[in-house]
Amino acid sequence: MDVAALLAVAFVAGMLGGVVGVGGGVLFVPALVVLMELSQLEAQATSLVGVVAVGIVGAWRQQSYGNLRPRDALAIGLFSLVGVVVGVVAANELPERALEVMFAALSLYFAFGLARRALAPTRTDPASPSA
Amino acid sequence: MSARLAAIGTLAGVFSALFGVGGGTVIVPLLILWLAYEEREATGTSLAAIVLIALFGAIGHGAFGNVDLAKGLLIAPPAVAGVVAGTALQQRMPQRAVSAVFAVLLVASAAVIAL
Repeated sequence: MDVAALLAVAFVAGMLGGVVGVGGGVLFVPALVVLMELSQLEAQATSLVGVVAVGIVGAWRQQSYGNLRPRDALAIGLFSLVGVVVGVVAANELPERALEVMFAALSLYFAFGLARRALAPTRTDPASPSA
Repeated sequence: MSARLAAIGTLAGVFSALFGVGGGTVIVPLLILWLAYEEREATGTSLAAIVLIALFGAIGHGAFGNVDLAKGLLIAPPAVAGVVAGTALQQRMPQRAVSAVFAVLLVASAAVIAL
């Protein structure tokens, strides 16, 4: 048990979450496994408590900055329930290695799209198509 | 209510169930690449959606006794302080820099999962 290190990692995870819009589980889970000696499953489950806290406060801050579309967020959150059912079935039907490779491939695909956008010359006209 | 929003939510749920993440790694890129969100709106909307996804997950895991609530509540205060600092920092960053940081994070997580 290393509480000081856990608190430090949790702060960094929250900060990363604020900058890129994730819940911080990517850091909470390994920290809980390594520093608190939880099992992978316990760590993933416990991490979600921190993710809820980061999400609530982060969304509140972003709303005050004018960066929140609550209806879209609600739609995504509710449809995630469908996805959870699909995910649980997939976890039982497909080999773990295949799921990991799919996750990695999709992550790289997203990274390519975002990197291309980040490196593209910025347009001067502020008008952008909205959905 | 667009089909793309439904697809993003479903995909986020799949990833959350399979890999124990909140789904932000899926939601933010797809809001930007599919729905033409700017980076700050994508991250703000992602954080709000994650609350629901993580809450459903925590309740489900809690029912099976896998949530160590004391340790969960231990990480919450510093994480909350971090997200307040992180969102404030993000307002001072160019939006495209957020995409760049996210791309690096995705490559790193792909490497960790695949290797």
